[in-house]
Amino acid sequence: MSSSITAAAGPTWRAKLRRDWPLLAMNLPMLLVVVAFWWVPALGNVIAFQDYNPYTGGILGSPVIGFTNFALLFQDPQFLRAIANTLSITAFQLVFYFPVPIMLALLLNSIVSARLRAFVQGVVYLPFFFSWVLVVAIFQQMFGGAGLLAQVLRENGHEGVDWMTNSDTFILLLTSQTIWKDAGWGAIIFLAALSTIDPNLYEAAAVDGARRWRRMWHITLPGLRPVIVLLLILRLGDALNVGFEQFMLQRSAVGSEASEVFDTFVYWSGIRTGDLGYGAAAGLFKGVVGLLLIIAANRVAHALGERGVYSRT
Amino acid sequence: MTALTSRARRAPAGLAPWEERRHPAGQFGKGALITLILVAVLGPLYTIVLTSLSSSATVNAAGGLVLVPDGITFEAYRQIFSDTVVSRAVLVSTGVTVAGTLISAGVSVLGAYSLSRPGSFLHRPLLFSVLLMFVFFPGIIPVYLMVSGLGLKDSYWSLILPTAVSAFNVVVLRSFFMSIPGEILDSARIDGAGEFRILFRIVLPMSKAVTAVVAMFYAVGYWNSWFNAMLYIDDTRKWPLALILRQYVVDSNPLPAATAGVTGDAPPTLAIKMAIVVIAVIPALILYPLVQRHFTKGVIVGAIKG
Repeated sequence: MSSSITAAAGPTWRAKLRRDWPLLAMNLPMLLVVVAFWWVPALGNVIAFQDYNPYTGGILGSPVIGFTNFALLFQDPQFLRAIANTLSITAFQLVFYFPVPIMLALLLNSIVSARLRAFVQGVVYLPFFFSWVLVVAIFQQMFGGAGLLAQVLRENGHEGVDWMTNSDTFILLLTSQTIWKDAGWGAIIFLAALSTIDPNLYEAAAVDGARRWRRMWHITLPGLRPVIVLLLILRLGDALNVGFEQFMLQRSAVGSEASEVFDTFVYWSGIRTGDLGYGAAAGLFKGVVGLLLIIAANRVAHALGERGVYSRT
Repeated sequence: MTALTSRARRAPAGLAPWEERRHPAGQFGKGALITLILVAVLGPLYTIVLTSLSSSATVNAAGGLVLVPDGITFEAYRQIFSDTVVSRAVLVSTGVTVAGTLISAGVSVLGAYSLSRPGSFLHRPLLFSVLLMFVFFPGIIPVYLMVSGLGLKDSYWSLILPTAVSAFNVVVLRSFFMSIPGEILDSARIDGAGEFRILFRIVLPMSKAVTAVVAMFYAVGYWNSWFNAMLYIDDTRKWPLALILRQYVVDSNPLPAATAGVTGDAPPTLAIKMAIVVIAVIPALILYPLVQRHFTKGVIVGAIKG
């Protein structure tokens, strides 16, 4: 029955295999990497349900303890702090980071001289290609206790500042770092959307007497709306990811209370403390909730008529 | 008076005839904002490069970072490269970046091409296995156990293999390959060309720009990668530059195992720190202009949208 359907749909799998084996050979190296560093680790998450001990039991011999690790997580104040920090950082950056690339794109788009615009674009994209170590080092040289700002303040008879070790203002610091590093690059997609807006609309509106700000309100922003909505939804689907190296690097300076997020908690509780099953449980919790958020975000995107990260087909 | 109004009516360069003239105050504000943005990005780089090129006397006189040049010296760089710690780290980073980029770009191009033919044998499950990487990350700990289990700890392979395939880059390449008209490939197939021949003789030459951008993304990723090295490389002699940067510059510590490091046991001087920062920035500065023009050509944006 089923073989007759496949026969009707096209060549048999044998014929397809004979035809497509070069494609499979090309896929093989990638498949090996994906299996070794995605599929096997994904299945290795069973240790989250074990009292995992790599020396005595390993993955096959360690006792299965069900959801005990997960129950313990929700009694762990440090884990709850990691959740709270992650979510408040996402919320904060939604307000104070998300609009920056949009405004930057509008600013870049309004530069009349093409050469000046290309130059400014080239400059603002650049920090995206710096590593977090580098960005943190640069910020430290600017705003740290021995940094440029403190140095200038002291020379003028004021007290120095050290924003790099202040846990109260850490969220401001890391948002500034994110803006400095990523806002320029983030503007690219909005610039692309701006370039697809029909210039005749602006002319028609101008003829009808709409001044610059009204044109921006009635033409530019509606033109950007689909991209803004899409990126906003994607960001919400990615709410648990706030970056990792940025927090690891500055943890010793500002303390774990302000800088603990999901990923640092996984690293610290699992690898540093050595309780691998416990850390894996935290990681799996994050992975599964993240997956659900992405699926939900895509549902919303599709409901609004946007494409989302994957389409329905 | 009439001359003035008639000139005002003519549109200035770059403005459409129907556009109103820009208000001087608005123009000034915009100019100030753009200047501020440029200074915010370039200012730190300027003072860092300058400090790395200044003598210790100049640095001491400035009380820290140098803003006004007072003689140029390559002393900090000479000190760094006369010592083995940083030189070796630069070598490690360069080796990992070159090898990793070749491996990643090769694997991704082959993989993306193999997934560019809907309806081929096992197309859907193979594509699905790549797309899954977008929505679910297996977790730091299982990957760590896998790398240790394969015996890759303290091996340079641990810096390459776990991140060898980026699903994003594969999808970027794949959507570009799929946009190549099928007739071209079909006619080659009728002429008896095999898939490998088609990929290397027809598809790749048509995809130079997108391949260059993807290779650059991989290269930047390998050069910048800090966490994998911190996780997997305990032997300080195998440390890449990112770890040295953290140790010397961010934490201001001498290397634990360095018997005769740049600074011995004392923390490194500011000029040396800044020279290390400059060395870490240089590859991005070199690679970036080579591929920057492709960004606007829609390579990336087309992929993000599609």
